[in-house]
Amino acid sequence: MDFLIFKAPMLMVQASLDGILLGILFALIAYGMALQWGVMNIINIAQGDLVILGGYIAYTMYLAGIHPAWGVIVSPIIMYFVGWALYKLVINKVVDRDLFISILATFGIAIVFQQLMNFIFGADVVVAQSGYGTTMLFDNSVTLPNSKIFSAVISVLYAIALVIYMKKSRLGRAIRATAQNARAAKILGVDTEKVYAATFGINAALCGIAGALISITLTLHPYVGLPYTVRSFMIVIVAGLGNLPAVAVSGMGLGLFEEFADYILGTEFRIGAVFMLLVFILVYRRFKLSKKREYLK
Amino acid sequence: MIKQKDLILYSGLIILGLAAPFLFSAFKVQLTYLCVLIVLAMTWNLQGGEMGYNSFGNILFYGLGMYLTASVQVGMFFPLAEWTESGGEKTFVHTTAQYFQGIGVGLLVAAIVPTIVAGAIGYAILGLRGHYFAICTLGLGIAAGEIAGGIEIIGAGQGFTTPPFPAEIVDPEARGQFFYFLSFLVLVLAFVFVKYIYGSRFRLILNAIRDNEDKAEAMGIQTMKYKIVGWMCSAFFCGLAGGIMGGLIGYIDSTDVAFDGREMGVFMVLMAILGGKGTLWGPIIGATLFHFFKEGLWTFILGWQYVALGVLIVVIVVYFPEGLMGWLREKYPERFGEVIDEKDRKAQVELK
Repeated sequence: MDFLIFKAPMLMVQASLDGILLGILFALIAYGMALQWGVMNIINIAQGDLVILGGYIAYTMYLAGIHPAWGVIVSPIIMYFVGWALYKLVINKVVDRDLFISILATFGIAIVFQQLMNFIFGADVVVAQSGYGTTMLFDNSVTLPNSKIFSAVISVLYAIALVIYMKKSRLGRAIRATAQNARAAKILGVDTEKVYAATFGINAALCGIAGALISITLTLHPYVGLPYTVRSFMIVIVAGLGNLPAVAVSGMGLGLFEEFADYILGTEFRIGAVFMLLVFILVYRRFKLSKKREYLK
Repeated sequence: MIKQKDLILYSGLIILGLAAPFLFSAFKVQLTYLCVLIVLAMTWNLQGGEMGYNSFGNILFYGLGMYLTASVQVGMFFPLAEWTESGGEKTFVHTTAQYFQGIGVGLLVAAIVPTIVAGAIGYAILGLRGHYFAICTLGLGIAAGEIAGGIEIIGAGQGFTTPPFPAEIVDPEARGQFFYFLSFLVLVLAFVFVKYIYGSRFRLILNAIRDNEDKAEAMGIQTMKYKIVGWMCSAFFCGLAGGIMGGLIGYIDSTDVAFDGREMGVFMVLMAILGGKGTLWGPIIGATLFHFFKEGLWTFILGWQYVALGVLIVVIVVYFPEGLMGWLREKYPERFGEVIDEKDRKAQVELK
């Protein structure tokens, strides 16, 4: 095997660190997806596009001369209302329907978002400069942009805040009750319609945070939303719904996989590798489940 | 036995189809597109509508067919790697005989290989249910595009120029007519095939799988076998359609033309839903309507077409999930051979 990464141990360290820091970011997006999947039973294909939109909000602030790091506060607030409006316009009509309908409907939303972002922000790859510099480790052989560390820290903070909010607040309890049994929650006086709207809004807000962080650590482009959707989908099916530690671990695992695939297969196959991993995981899951069902046969 | 009314309808349609390129001489390319779209919608419906396995990944077979036809057409006579490197026509020229031999063999390969691929991956993929299947096939389609964009011998990111129509045929109409009749032939084949399936036991089995797979299995149907066969039928025609489109467009790009999940991949689902899933004529009507709508609107809203497409998807899916045929069925159930007990219907309305 003639791969550079196996010859240079420092590259390995580099890839691992990059992967873990990136994975934390993925886990944040996946947590949003798990939330709305668990509560509303909807798979949101537009998840990645919400992320990119959140990123463009931070980028707009950067263009206006405000430091893009403030995006992690502004972007979720705006995105909450975007998510809320999206729910009121489309999602509330597909909540109780067949899952395929929700997939197709959110696919349509994703196309609209992509195109609108393309109009407003242009089709160029952009990045918001945070000016945080880089940290050098191990005699300058491993470079670590401070923005990546910043983004990982912010993601963890927001995730912790959200967990506490879901545990303690009234709305959080209502959301969890609806996830357990929507009908029973309705009978007990929970306004499920409001809960759904809030859930979708919170999901969009999480996407907004992740997007703002992506705008300073990675790059933005109107059409790169779908890989983020697929990544979060993958993380959720590996980790299961409502299992936050597992979401974090599988997010990091995915980040590691991607960084190593990047070095081994080459950057042009990176997205392809992500999608192949999705197919592989689903097929693996199918064979594992079919073993469980075998006694029926 | 075909009824006399049907006979008139079919012969009328075939005559119309044969005469169309001469009647609407300027729209030959559009008509070819229409034929291909109908084939795609009809065969998507076979497993999306009849079998209940909503696939976003039939674009995989379409793109595969496209690449295979072009590769075979070039590879039979010239070194493929040099062709793609030079960007096509500059160094090598197909003679007329070579061109038609190439496209014939290419289409054959394009039909057979995707069918085999569908059979090979079918056992793994079709074990997935519902939305897992939909997402998995979506992933397959996109992964195929990304991977094809990295393979050097088929042109990688810079694309693949398919052999140009032989220059020895001077008639300017010939190219359009050739591709139109080719696609029309495939359309007729596909229609006859789907029509045959609609009258067979196979369709009932597919419907049983759609309505309740576990029960169908309990009744002794080998569901997996039929699911794979159903998918292979779709793959066969998708491959053929892809091969024709590759020749017609003349240029293959990995993500924008061949594995074009953002356009063709969605179109085939949308057309089938627009017309009505699980009906014979639904996808045909849906594809025709969609094509007219698209061609009429695309030029007026240049730049906004994808926004319109997205909105269209949302509107169709949210408000017309049953499609046109479903709506007609609701309105005129007698026409579909359904007997309605008025008393029963009234009782149900009151219950609501």
